[in-house]
Amino acid sequence: MQLLFERSHPGRGCTILPACDDINLDASLCRAQAPHLPQLSENEISRHYTELAKQTHGVNDGFYPLGSCTMKYNPKINEEIASLPGFTEIHPLQPEHTAQGCLEVLSLADKLFSEITGMDAMTFQPAAGAHGELTGLMLIKAYHQANGDHDRTKILVPDSAHGTNPASASMAGFQVVSIPSLPNGCVDTKALRQAADEHTAGLMLTNPNTVGLFDQNISEITSIVHQAGGLCYYDGANLNAIMGIVRPGDMGFDVVHLNLHKTFSTPHGGGGPGSGAVGCKEFLKPFLPSPTVCKDENGYHFCRNNPQSIGSVKEFYGNFLVVVRALTYVLTLGKEGIPEASSNAVLNCNYMMNHLKDLYDMAFDTGCMHEFVMTLEKLKKEKDVSAMDVAKALLDNGIHPPTMYFPLIVHEALMVEPTETEPREVLDHAIEVFRSIYQTAIEQPESLHEMPLHTPVRRLDEVGAARNPKLRFSFE
Amino acid sequence: MTNPTNILYAKSHEWVQDMGDGSFRIGLTDYAQKELGDLVFVNLPQEGDEVEVGSAFGDVESVKAVSDVYSPVSGVVCAINEELLDHPENINQDAYAAWMIQVNEVSDKEELLSAEEYEKFLSEEE
Repeated sequence: MQLLFERSHPGRGCTILPACDDINLDASLCRAQAPHLPQLSENEISRHYTELAKQTHGVNDGFYPLGSCTMKYNPKINEEIASLPGFTEIHPLQPEHTAQGCLEVLSLADKLFSEITGMDAMTFQPAAGAHGELTGLMLIKAYHQANGDHDRTKILVPDSAHGTNPASASMAGFQVVSIPSLPNGCVDTKALRQAADEHTAGLMLTNPNTVGLFDQNISEITSIVHQAGGLCYYDGANLNAIMGIVRPGDMGFDVVHLNLHKTFSTPHGGGGPGSGAVGCKEFLKPFLPSPTVCKDENGYHFCRNNPQSIGSVKEFYGNFLVVVRALTYVLTLGKEGIPEASSNAVLNCNYMMNHLKDLYDMAFDTGCMHEFVMTLEKLKKEKDVSAMDVAKALLDNGIHPPTMYFPLIVHEALMVEPTETEPREVLDHAIEVFRSIYQTAIEQPESLHEMPLHTPVRRLDEVGAARNPKLRFSFE
Repeated sequence: MTNPTNILYAKSHEWVQDMGDGSFRIGLTDYAQKELGDLVFVNLPQEGDEVEVGSAFGDVESVKAVSDVYSPVSGVVCAINEELLDHPENINQDAYAAWMIQVNEVSDKEELLSAEEYEKFLSEEE
């Protein structure tokens, strides 16, 4: 399809603003030539974006089992509440007494998400998950520094971790120590015990882990780190398996981040905005980003007198409307609905896994949590059909592919996360599609190399795009 | 591609070539490049940086993943193959010509395998 610049016609446009009054600007402040802006009518712009939308696949189009991303359906009531004028027609600098409802949202969200995670306080400033990780690690760093503990320079990260974990640790100025996984995908506690020492600032872990298994040694793991003087950071990426059932705080974690845009049903993908809320135990509260929300007899206030705070990690209060949506979700589901959502996520996942495991090799042949990982190593070796080929064949069947080639400890990995918001018929259809692709892989393996056949674009040159990226339109 | 017999191999899939003047060249094995797939980015240390046995000295990125590259020797980087920075595909095309770094002042070396031993190791891995 044509790009906006290719659709552009000189002189066409939809400007509704009056011409600018004469302003005498110094020539040095003026551009030598007018900026290259596409010139289109409103109708053309509208069609352009509608055409783009038709070429994509979202949860509104069909099944989207992208492992580790929790692509659940986002209830429309979230949007309705987030578009109330009291939440949209506000300014971050308006007087506090005129925005009491908004402050109450932050305060109530703090209370409820702290309850869900077993923490004592929350900040909603971080813009997304990795930003939350960085913020959480900065809290850990500030804590050690406040204790005069300057030699704690290392963060322990399991080799199955999300790539953002080591990246965030590096960003926060720590050295990363990789902890090997056992053949069952869980943390090798012996190796952890050896690695944890007086240089350990903390451990980053997600539980259930990235292979979709709940690490049953979690209490031992967190106490090993605590005994060495380190803190424990919970990567909330996989909270959808356990919310309302077990709390990171009770597992021994000191800091957590939540991906509100995943677990708590706010829009995500395509650049956000997300929200990587960070919760912590009482002893880390003084270090939380500033301002925090507090309440006295006169109502809610922003509290800015936090001398030990790590400062602001984002302007003002974070992506506020995302918090409104997540809070709406939590209040809609309530105390009964939240654990039920997690239970159904785990049920859907086990249902799919058990209807596929006679054909597809599971990386870990045991009950899973909210996602499961298959390994196509055998298919690759015997039939030259890769995880990528199966993923591409799914596209032809209107199903978004699972996460591929992650976690790195599994070869030819496909990681499937159905989520709780899919009905049984959708799962049954997906199972049928997976099974028929397997038959094709056995009978006509070469045909899979050609797929997808029916998508707007076929196989993209990923290598070419990475080696020679074209990042802007060329006007020449 | 057969693994040349005049160089040695590490179990973490790097090769080491003795340059005969006290320095050693290090690169990725053909098996490693095949496993990684098409490389799109190579990150190398700078001349003068110290490398240590078993520690990462750089990383390579393919469409699938980013992977650390470990040094089988301890010493000081005396040269890097700058061509790789613009042409990571050289490693895919000829892994044994596309050296990554050259190290001298070598103070330590891990136990390295001959081509034959490395091939045996690979078949056991699979």
